Amino acid sequence: MTNDTPTELELSIKEFISKSLLFSETFPYDNDASFLAEGIIDSMGVMELVAFVGQTFQIQVPPEDITPANFDSVSKLAAYIRKRRAL
Amino acid sequence: MNRPPFTPDLLRLDCRRETERIGAVLQEQILRGFRRKGAVVALSGGIDSSVVGALAVKALGKERVLGLLMPERDSSADTLTLSRQLADHLGIQTVYEDITGILESLGCYQRRDDAIRLVVPEYGPGWKSKIVLPGVLEEDQFRLFSVVVQSPAGETRKVQLTLDAYLGIVAASNFKQRTRKMLEYYHADRLHFVVAGTPNRLEYDQGFFVKLGDGAADIKPIAHLYKSQVYQLAEHLQLPEAICHRSPTTDTYSLPQSQEEFYFSVPYQKMDLILFGVNHGYSAAEVAPAVGLTVDQVNRVFRDIEAKRRVARYLHASPVLVEPLHTALAT
Repeated sequence: MTNDTPTELELSIKEFISKSLLFSETFPYDNDASFLAEGIIDSMGVMELVAFVGQTFQIQVPPEDITPANFDSVSKLAAYIRKRRAL
Repeated sequence: MNRPPFTPDLLRLDCRRETERIGAVLQEQILRGFRRKGAVVALSGGIDSSVVGALAVKALGKERVLGLLMPERDSSADTLTLSRQLADHLGIQTVYEDITGILESLGCYQRRDDAIRLVVPEYGPGWKSKIVLPGVLEEDQFRLFSVVVQSPAGETRKVQLTLDAYLGIVAASNFKQRTRKMLEYYHADRLHFVVAGTPNRLEYDQGFFVKLGDGAADIKPIAHLYKSQVYQLAEHLQLPEAICHRSPTTDTYSLPQSQEEFYFSVPYQKMDLILFGVNHGYSAAEVAPAVGLTVDQVNRVFRDIEAKRRVARYLHASPVLVEPLHTALAT
């Protein structure tokens, strides 16, 4: 699932977090909810998220990009993926 | 709420009374509760195991305490020296078990080095390493583990770990704590002793231990004490100076590693106070002046404590049964 139309990209991220990190059928947060502040995922979850981005979207994420500005919400992560795929 | 102002004095301990209180619990639980004849204490030369050893001797008598010295290839040089110094000071019998051979047989070093090579392909014989975490004070950030490697030529560099590499390194390194615990129980069984665990409150609360490794024990005499209170007890018990003033270390990786680098976000003196604040309902604004941090920084540590407590739930959990056993037996 690598389609990056606005809704599908966000859906893809939410689906991964729900199934792989929250072990839930749903993602009960809005797209701007902070992963850090809401305690949605921990450091281990961020590492899994980085691996997900690499494998699913073929994006090599350099360490300096793993910041809250890029990875702290569904919206931010989607924006980061779009930016990287546009390069 | 009627409570005292938040100051470091809140952690001041009545050491004489606390020593007596712990001693009474050790006597009651070990001798009468478990009906065991003494206690095995794994000595690391650090403050926690030294204080537990001293408390056990005070409560049970030196002939009922066995000190285990279990260094391995990556142990720091002063671990053994300080452990022996403590044992001599207490007058207890010790058993020396170099666990390097056991760890080699388990593939501990090989598996760990294989995991490091996932991110540092040239890592090999003669290299040293440790795992580190970024600090929590500067800004809201993800705290991702990195490995610091040192080549045989002495060059060091830091590389962020992938999930596979991190889990592989930790899983292999955990052989060390679990091997030690296996030997502690061997000696406890042959002597009909218990195993005394040595976590302090920070470690116990925040999950800074290996499940079924250093987390396993029959009794944990200082798990209710903040680290600075353990230091107070060490002074009260008149332990050797070198032990009373040794900085906390993990003594697990081949490069020297402080506990802040690997786990706790701030030095133990501050961490003690912040955790005390959390436990007693003080706000970040009340805690901040006492620890010399901003309110934002204390709030970040508060969140870090909560995150670690979530992880620690698994570490503390007993095996889960499908239903309570008394119900299962009754049906």
